[in-house]
Amino acid sequence: MLNNPKWITYLLIFIVLLFIPRILSMHDLMLFEYGITFAIVGMGFNLLLGYTGLLSFGHGAYFAAGAYTVAMIAKYLPQAYSLELLIPAALFFSMLLSLIFGFVCVRHTKIFFSILALSLSMLLFSLLFKLYHITGGSDGLRVPLPTILGISFKGIRRPEFLLGTYYYVLLGMFTVSFLVMKGIVSSPFGKALQAIRDNEVRAELIGIRVRRYRLYAFVISGMFVGLGGALWTFVNGHVTADLSHWVFSGEIVYMTLLGGFGIFEGPIIGAFLFTFLKLYAMGHTEYWMFVIGATLIILVLLLPDGIAGAFSTLWSKIRKKSY
Amino acid sequence: MLTIEHLKKHFGFVKAVDNVNLNIRQGEIVSIIGTNGAGKTTLVNLISGYIKPDSGRILFLDKDITHSSPYVRIKLGVGRSFQLIQLFGGISVLDNVRTALFSKYEMIHNAWFSADRYASVMDEAIQILSNFNMSDKKDLTPKGLSEGDLKILDIAIAFALKSKLLLLDEPTSGVATNDKFKVMDSIVKVIKKEGISTLIIEHDMDIVSGYSDRVIVMHEGRIMAEGKPDEVMENKEVKATVFGIVS
Repeated sequence: MLNNPKWITYLLIFIVLLFIPRILSMHDLMLFEYGITFAIVGMGFNLLLGYTGLLSFGHGAYFAAGAYTVAMIAKYLPQAYSLELLIPAALFFSMLLSLIFGFVCVRHTKIFFSILALSLSMLLFSLLFKLYHITGGSDGLRVPLPTILGISFKGIRRPEFLLGTYYYVLLGMFTVSFLVMKGIVSSPFGKALQAIRDNEVRAELIGIRVRRYRLYAFVISGMFVGLGGALWTFVNGHVTADLSHWVFSGEIVYMTLLGGFGIFEGPIIGAFLFTFLKLYAMGHTEYWMFVIGATLIILVLLLPDGIAGAFSTLWSKIRKKSY
Repeated sequence: MLTIEHLKKHFGFVKAVDNVNLNIRQGEIVSIIGTNGAGKTTLVNLISGYIKPDSGRILFLDKDITHSSPYVRIKLGVGRSFQLIQLFGGISVLDNVRTALFSKYEMIHNAWFSADRYASVMDEAIQILSNFNMSDKKDLTPKGLSEGDLKILDIAIAFALKSKLLLLDEPTSGVATNDKFKVMDSIVKVIKKEGISTLIIEHDMDIVSGYSDRVIVMHEGRIMAEGKPDEVMENKEVKATVFGIVS
């Protein structure tokens, strides 16, 4: 593995990431932590878009599933409020939801799939919004700091928690997610998904059960997004029904397009860029959505492969010229 | 190997396949010719399970597969290529073949280890490409291939599934005239070596007479004539109907 230049680059980036809390200001570190959680979301989302060829406008639902699992346990089962239990619980509920929604969605493709995924996420949004007494409705739910391996963080302010232990928890979860997703996309299973993406008729005729494998991809994707949602709650400290709204799902699509869905690292880069772009745009103008929209138009017209995709193309052109 | 008994498929008033009886032996290369709308592609679609017949039976290796799904037929060894090439355009030539092999060996559920770890599958994929003289193009995507190479790759994928019966729908359509024989030579060399039974739909009579053991002529959903290529080409009814030659 370490004789591969790509893996050496990954290792070097990982080493730099270890020192990020010493490099960035507290404000930027918090943004960076948002970026890490969205990077996990982006990887999960891209298993469906980039590798299986299905564009979902409803992945906010699985993000909300992970986030609300944490918030609900905090409210209704505080004795189980430890990170070691919260993460498996968030994975379980996002798996369950993506299994149910995915079962319906994968019977269709293209725009029908996208709209169905969107509709189902809006159904969840309505439930989260209307069941005020359980979910907190539009006020949402507060998310306290969890215990980690029996260590309580009571009395510690959230920024301190995020600056110290939690950054390394996030980095660990991101690294594991990265390795697992890298394994999935390069495995025989990943090849089957790419075959389905490229030509579902032929995929069926080489013996791949297309609908079943689409569902597998949907569920794995939902679990990654749910994990991102669960980890995000501790950074944000609060969850609202908006997480399941199509606008938030659109942001997941946006960050994946920004980085580039044709390249494994694209959505990760897109997640960080989007987090910083959105916040700085919001900080400088009330028309921040205009900035986001204009960026998307420029991106689609000039860099259809996203920023990472454009760099990758440029790099391969430079390499070709040097030979 | 393949026996078809009284097979019928009608689309409304159109008798696409009408009471067809057919037998293909082990290792035999059979070509089907006929005018447009004669029912050739419908027959191949019925054999591969793409559409279901109205009546009749299809037996493959003495097993009744009339109502089996395409998936079951593929697993039993019925492979096919398409008139309009069906490939996986975003992955390499090697991965096109490798994915078929992973599917054949039921390894596609493995989501943990890199596909490159399965050296035996990699070697087999390279061997298949080498048999079809395509190993030097293994790292290209199909977008970088000529029409002839695309046809060969399409068939190499069907071959990778260890098909015992190959259904080739116009394997040389769209291929430049001077490449047609090169393409057919590559395909037939492998088919003969492995003893695969083959049913070819073809319009090019040079290809039909050059590579077939037997020719079947279809007209309006029925088998009009059958026999050795030379015999069939001399048949007056075939000459008049298929080639438009009236003597």
